[in-house]
Amino acid sequence: MSRNPYVRPVSTTTWYMRNGRYKVYVMRELTSFLVMFYSFLTLFGLAALAASAERWNDFLASQQNTGMLVFHTLALLYFMFYQTFPWFKLAPKAMPIHLGEKKLPDSFIIIGHYVAWVLVSAFIFWLAGVI
Amino acid sequence: MAIAKKAVVWGLFAAGGTLTSFIFPALIALFLLIATGNIPDGLQFEQIHTFAASWLGKACLFIVLFLSVWHAAHRLRVVAHDFGIRKDTLVANAVYSIAAIGTVLAAFYLLTIS
Repeated sequence: MSRNPYVRPVSTTTWYMRNGRYKVYVMRELTSFLVMFYSFLTLFGLAALAASAERWNDFLASQQNTGMLVFHTLALLYFMFYQTFPWFKLAPKAMPIHLGEKKLPDSFIIIGHYVAWVLVSAFIFWLAGVI
Repeated sequence: MAIAKKAVVWGLFAAGGTLTSFIFPALIALFLLIATGNIPDGLQFEQIHTFAASWLGKACLFIVLFLSVWHAAHRLRVVAHDFGIRKDTLVANAVYSIAAIGTVLAAFYLLTIS
């Protein structure tokens, strides 16, 4: 081996643009901004809820505009396709389930996650009085 | 001891990832519904206030917010590194401070609702 191996210079700011997998990784990690954004949006709502009925209604009114409608629609699609679904896809690798000598097929775990997700979402919609 | 601590932190991070993956699509959908002007019954003041005033409701909201902000903070720290920001201590202090503020605010607001 050479004493001075050539190290290809790699940009620290745009390295992920070289490879599709890296791009997907960066796209996925950017969903953490959405997690922070919606956590704090919920906190703002909670602050209004803690203050008074009037403040809560003001909060609801402040959220009703086309800008937020477009943002939430894009955020929902982006979050599902880059956070929720990849997370389910990774689940069998993160926590493989062994049944004695055999391993539970990956597809079982992934389908199980989708079923649980539908049930959890339905429960939240039921709690909120949507369904 | 170091390993035990790491397991707790990693466990919370993984729990946050699972929780946000499962819950956030529905949460965003609720905000989407609000944006359209169709406020569901459960989000009218009386009902949501009753929910947040109950101990079960408080516990649910706190756990979701607590795990979400810490999970996001940890990932944002890595994202900063990925985008070439190499001041890790500064970034870590900033993002974990935001998570800490979020946690304290969540606890404070929830305890105020009765």
